[in-house]
Amino acid sequence: MHNIMSDNIVEIDNLSFGFKGRLLHKGINMVFPRGKVVAIMGGSGSGKTTLLRLIGGQLKPNIGEVRVDGEVVHKQSIDGLYQLRRKMGMLFQFGALFTDLSVFENVAFPIREHTNLPESMVRDFVMLKLNAVGLRGAQSLMPTELSGGMARRVALARAVALDPQIIMYDEPFAGLDPISMGVVCNLIRSLNDALGATTIVVTHDVHETFSFVDYVYFVSGGVVVAEGTPDELRKSDMPFVHQFVHGEADGPVPFHYPAPDYKKEMLRGHDA
Amino acid sequence: MERTTIDLWVGVFVALGLAAIFGLALKVGNLTSSNIGETYTVTAAFENIGGLKPHAPVKSAGVVIGRVDGIVFDSKDYEAKVTIKLDKRYKFPTDTFANIYTAGLLGEQYIGLEAGGEDAQLKNGDKISHTQDAVVLEKLISQFLYSKASDNKPSDSTKAAE
Amino acid sequence: MLKGLPKALAGLGNRTIEGIWRIGAGARLFFYIWFYLLESFKRPRLIVREIYATGVLSLLIIVVSAFFVGMVLGLQGYNTLQKYGSSEAIGVLVALSLVRELGPVVTALLFAGRAGTAITAEIGLMKATEQLSAMEMMAVSPVARVIAPRFWAGFISMPILAALFSMVGVLGGYFVAVPIIGVDAGAFWSQMQASVDFRDDIVNGIIKSLVFGVVCTLIALFEGYDAPPTAEGVSRATTRTVVNSSLAVLGLDFILTAFMIGA
Repeated sequence: MHNIMSDNIVEIDNLSFGFKGRLLHKGINMVFPRGKVVAIMGGSGSGKTTLLRLIGGQLKPNIGEVRVDGEVVHKQSIDGLYQLRRKMGMLFQFGALFTDLSVFENVAFPIREHTNLPESMVRDFVMLKLNAVGLRGAQSLMPTELSGGMARRVALARAVALDPQIIMYDEPFAGLDPISMGVVCNLIRSLNDALGATTIVVTHDVHETFSFVDYVYFVSGGVVVAEGTPDELRKSDMPFVHQFVHGEADGPVPFHYPAPDYKKEMLRGHDA
Repeated sequence: MERTTIDLWVGVFVALGLAAIFGLALKVGNLTSSNIGETYTVTAAFENIGGLKPHAPVKSAGVVIGRVDGIVFDSKDYEAKVTIKLDKRYKFPTDTFANIYTAGLLGEQYIGLEAGGEDAQLKNGDKISHTQDAVVLEKLISQFLYSKASDNKPSDSTKAAE
Repeated sequence: MLKGLPKALAGLGNRTIEGIWRIGAGARLFFYIWFYLLESFKRPRLIVREIYATGVLSLLIIVVSAFFVGMVLGLQGYNTLQKYGSSEAIGVLVALSLVRELGPVVTALLFAGRAGTAITAEIGLMKATEQLSAMEMMAVSPVARVIAPRFWAGFISMPILAALFSMVGVLGGYFVAVPIIGVDAGAFWSQMQASVDFRDDIVNGIIKSLVFGVVCTLIALFEGYDAPPTAEGVSRATTRTVVNSSLAVLGLDFILTAFMIGA
């Protein structure tokens, strides 16, 4: 790492991971400094979500390691892993709210599971978190009664219920209208700063993301192809970054899936 | 759903289940009849008990008054020794007759008690000395075949034997 | 024809390996459930809620089916028994068939269809919507929080349902035999009581239903937990729950009956 960021809460070191012999990641190095909001960007299917699962210890790397707060994730026992995960909060793509629990109970869930606080204090905590995401009024609704943006915000309140040191977001903008998107952007930034946490955002929404993150990693083909602050990347003349940032259809990432020559294939159909 | 509603329903559910198990045990099964309150035990020896089984009813005048408790083979006399538990409320004279009967043509076998005329009554541990064996159909048929080679119907012979 | 043979053999091998893997994975899940035994009974509320979902909600189908099964047994039994002039034995026939076999087996089959599919679909959907992953990331074991309570609920509900099935079935048989056909009520009950043994028949029936409860619930849980996290995966898993539970129940019933009669 060439930046001078000594105090990193998450470090990914020469990480390779894949299913059934097909490698998804081929030697990834990343660091996530304390207090910063860092985005991991890349096309669909580039293994961004898998990276979050590797950090959370739900998957084990084939080679290399992930260190969270100095501890190697995949070498932890179950108890150690659970201890480590209590430092993390994760927002899943569509919120992953527990459908059989109300909004209040969803946010209260981690608090009830991990503490023995009296009911009145649980209530105070839940109200605090729900207020932070602006949904105190929705506490008695069920998840099915929420819009996509509201569900995302409730899930966010749940993810930060125990004041984690690391907050991870898996595609927080997917399927949101522009207003909700802006709301979520502001929340990610403000929650990070209010909690003094470190935020990792996995996304492919360039413009929203560039407006509030501190640092960006571009992942493609299983490696980090570019990294830097949003300003640096906007000015970058690397073809991939340029294509991605400006949303061009063709470029280093081709429009066509690899196929035989178009003309030849069409002619063959007529011969038969 | 409200917590209390769920609790209530689960409570009802478990209560119904327990009631069903009790119902099965008491109304359908023989748990009641095998524990007919206070009992006293007598024994009876038979040369042949046929298909008599433990828990078979012991009846007198058609009323169930006890149960067969156990059946063992007595190798000294080559007889079956049957232990009978009788309800304490019913007293029988010492010269009571114990017969093994069959309920219907193919039914279960049970012990029927016929009271004698003695004044002394059977006590716990006593032995009923007057017994009549179970009717074994094969024996009966062979007897019948040997004695009368006539045109009698087989059902008559069974009835006569009973 | 010979060309297809290696392919067919490979398919057979593949299915065998898959089958063995599933049994192993199911057994591992069973082990984890026991591992979290204390933790799940520390939170009885969760189990109570699941008893409501599996047991109470299956009550109606069990009671209605039982009554009809009992009535059919009564009719069929009477039809046959009267030819031998022993229509009083109808109570015995109804009670023994229900208590020994139909109670536990039909209850288990209905349970697989009603509660088992619900469990599989629910857990499959929780998986598909990443609720289980979310739980893991919150350092809460889904086995302790989601799987184990449902398992114990099924374990508790099944014998209760089976006992209810037998009892209601006997009442159904009584309804046909006594008021409709005109068998003597006293004979109906007394013959039944003389032939149904508490230990050999009723307790054995309860033991069967306990085993079926474990197997049906475990299969439902495993299929849901193992389902591919897609709509198609969940629907297939639900089908598999019914098929596998039914086969397991019928097969185990034979084995258990053999042991019980042999013993």
